[in-house]
Amino acid sequence: MTSVATGKASLTMGKALGAGLRRAMADDERVLVMGEDIGKLGGVFRITDGLLDEFGPSRVIDTPLAESGIVGTAVGLALRGFRPVVEIQFDGFVYPAFDQIVCQVAKLHYRTRGRVKMPITIRIPWAGGVGAAEHHSESPEAYFVHTAGLRVVAVSNPQDAYTMLRQAIASDDPVVFFEPKRLYHAKGDVDLDAHIADAAPMGLARVVREGTDVTLLTYGAQVGTAMDAATAAEDEGVSLEVIDLRSLSPVDYRTITASVRKTGRVVVTHEAAREAGVAAELIASVTEQCFHYLEAPPLRVTGHDIPYPPAKLEKHHLPDLDRILDAVDRVLERPNSFPEVTP
Amino acid sequence: MTYTPTTDTEHRSDLDEPVQLLTPSGERRRDPRLDDWADDLDLDTLRGLYRDMTLARRVDTEGVALQRQGQLGLWAPAQGQEAIQVASARACRADDFLFPSYREHGVLLVRGAAPADLVLSWRGEVASTYDPADLNVAPPQIIIGAQTLHAVGYAMGIQRDGADQVAVAYFGDGATSQGDVNEAMVFAASFSSPVVFVCSNNHWAISEPVTVQATHPIAGRAPGFGIPSMRVDGNDAIACTAAMRWALDHARGGGGPVFLEAVTYRMGPHTTSDDPTRYRSSDEVDRWRARDPLTRLEALLRAEGAFDDAFRADVDADALSFTTQMRTAAIDAVSAPPLSVLDHVYAEPHSGLDEERRRFSAYLDGFAADEEGAR
Repeated sequence: MTSVATGKASLTMGKALGAGLRRAMADDERVLVMGEDIGKLGGVFRITDGLLDEFGPSRVIDTPLAESGIVGTAVGLALRGFRPVVEIQFDGFVYPAFDQIVCQVAKLHYRTRGRVKMPITIRIPWAGGVGAAEHHSESPEAYFVHTAGLRVVAVSNPQDAYTMLRQAIASDDPVVFFEPKRLYHAKGDVDLDAHIADAAPMGLARVVREGTDVTLLTYGAQVGTAMDAATAAEDEGVSLEVIDLRSLSPVDYRTITASVRKTGRVVVTHEAAREAGVAAELIASVTEQCFHYLEAPPLRVTGHDIPYPPAKLEKHHLPDLDRILDAVDRVLERPNSFPEVTP
Repeated sequence: MTYTPTTDTEHRSDLDEPVQLLTPSGERRRDPRLDDWADDLDLDTLRGLYRDMTLARRVDTEGVALQRQGQLGLWAPAQGQEAIQVASARACRADDFLFPSYREHGVLLVRGAAPADLVLSWRGEVASTYDPADLNVAPPQIIIGAQTLHAVGYAMGIQRDGADQVAVAYFGDGATSQGDVNEAMVFAASFSSPVVFVCSNNHWAISEPVTVQATHPIAGRAPGFGIPSMRVDGNDAIACTAAMRWALDHARGGGGPVFLEAVTYRMGPHTTSDDPTRYRSSDEVDRWRARDPLTRLEALLRAEGAFDDAFRADVDADALSFTTQMRTAAIDAVSAPPLSVLDHVYAEPHSGLDEERRRFSAYLDGFAADEEGAR
C-alpha cells in the first residue's frame, strides 16, 4: 500500500514535490519515475525518497549515468503508453539530453500529426544561490522555451510544486519542470487534497502582490526576491505589483498585460543571462501589446552574460533585491537611481 | 552465442568473414551457428523473401526516379540492402515494435506500409506518414542513432507489461559512433531488455568509410556491453532471416538484448543529393554488385525449381502495381492548407500557439478580403 498524505500540511518544497510524485503514481499506475540515484538514495535532493519502497523498481528506475539515455528511453516508454517522470540530477547536466528533448520529445506529436503523445515530465533541479560547484547552478530555461512542442514551468512555492507537478504529469504534452534548488527547504502550506482540475491551470500566471506603480515579472526562486523588493519599495512609498509567471511556455500574457496597462511600467527579473533570454521575449511581447500604456522603457534585471561564476562570486551574478530596486527607481525615473550607463 | 573479437592488430573492420548460408552464386551453405534457425525455412518462405526484396528494390528505383523528376524532394536509396531489411522484418511478429532509420524502406514494406506512406514524407507533404500503432513501427528516424534509445525504452515498457514482444532498433555503421547507440546498449544490457539491435553496416556514412567509425568489426563491440552479437552476411537473406530468428528468440525468451551486424553495401548514393563518385571507386561498387542479394536468392530458387516465368511475372506485376500507386500518390498529392502548419504542436491548448493561430489566420484572411474587394 502506498502512503499518500492527505489534508493540509506545512511542507518544504522538496517534500511537496515528493508528495506530488507519490500522489501521481498512486493515481495512475502508468506513471513511473526514472533518473540517476533516485531509488535507494531518494535522489541527491531526496525528492524521490521512499518511492522505491512504495512502488518498487519497475516504477522507480535507477538509470545508468547517461542523460540522453534517460530521456531517450523515456520516449520509448511513452510510446508504450507510460507516463515517465524523468529527473535530471542538476540543471547543468541536461545538455547531453538536449537532442532527445528538442528533436524527439518536443516533435513527435507534431511529426505524427497527433498520433503519438509524449506525456513526459522532465524535472530539473535548477538555478543558483546554493554555493554549488560548476555546472550545478545553471538557468537553461530559455533553450526550452524557444523549443515548440515543450511546455515549460518554474515553481516558486510548495503548493505550486505539489499541484503543478501533478498537472505536468497528467498533461499529454511534455513538460520541462524547473525546481529552484534554493527553495527545496523553504516551507509553505500545502493542501494535499486539492484536485488538480480545481487548481489554477498550469499555464496561468499569478499576481502574488498587487500594486499600482510598477509591474515586476519573475518566476522561480526570484519570486521571493521580488517580494522582498516590493516590501522594501513600499517603505519608500512605491507600490510594486509582483507577478509569478509560473509558466514560461505558454506565457500568460492576459494577466501580464492587464497589470502593465494598470501600472505603465515593467521590470523583469530572472537569474538566467540577459541575451535572448526569457525577459527579452516578455518585454518584446509586452511592448507590442501595451506600447501606448508604457510610461517608460521596460527594464531587465538578470544574470550577467557570463558562464555561471564560482560559488563565492555568485552573489555578484544573481540579481538581488538592490539591483531590482535600482531598476524600479530607473523605470520610475526617480532621482536616486544610478545614472544610465551609456555605451 | 557470442562474438569473439579479433586480436589481429593489422585488421580492419572487414577482417572476419560474416556468417553466410547462401553464397553470392546461390549455393546453400551450412553453419552450426545458424542452422537451427534456417533448416526449417521452406521454399514458400524463400519465395516470399524474394517477392518482398524485389518490391523493395522496385520501390527504391521508383523513389530515385520520382526525385529525379522533381516529384520528391529527396530519397535515401537502399539498393543492395534489401536482404537484411526484408528478412529481419519478416522474422518479426506483427506485435513486435520496430524503430527504423530513414533508409529502411524494406522494413516499412514488410510491415504493410501503403504506397503513399513511402513517398509523402520524402515529397515534403508530411513529417511522417503511417500511424505507428497500425504498423507497430515508429516514424523513420533522421537523427542518427536516436531511435535506438526509443527502442530500448519501448522494450523496458514491454518488460513492465509482462509481455513477450521484442523491440527492434535499426541503424547503420555510422550510428555506432553516436553516444545514443552506446547508451542504448548500456541501458538494454543493464535492464536485460528485449531489444534486437540491427546494424546495417553498408560501409559508408555518406562519404566516410566504415573504417572511420570502427577499426575492428562492429559486432565485436556488443560483447563488451554484455550483449551477444553476430556478424552476418547482410546480403544473404537466409542468413539474415536465421540470425534475426535467433536474436528474436533470445530476446523474447528473456535472454536480454542481442546485436546483429549485417554486412552489406549501399549501392547507391547516401541520398539523391549525394555524389559517391567523389569518394569511392567503381571497382568497389562492382565487387559488391557481384554479391547482390536478389540474384543469389533467385539462383537458389531456380536451382530448387521454385522460380519460373509465372512467378517472375507475378512478382513484377505486384511491384509495378505498388510503384504505380507510389507515383500516383506523389503526383496527386495536395499540400495541406497554410494554417495547418500550426496543427498538432501540442496535444492540449497552448495560449501562445492559439495567439499565433489568430494572427496568422487574420493575415491569411486579409488575402481573401483583398480578392473579395477586387471583384
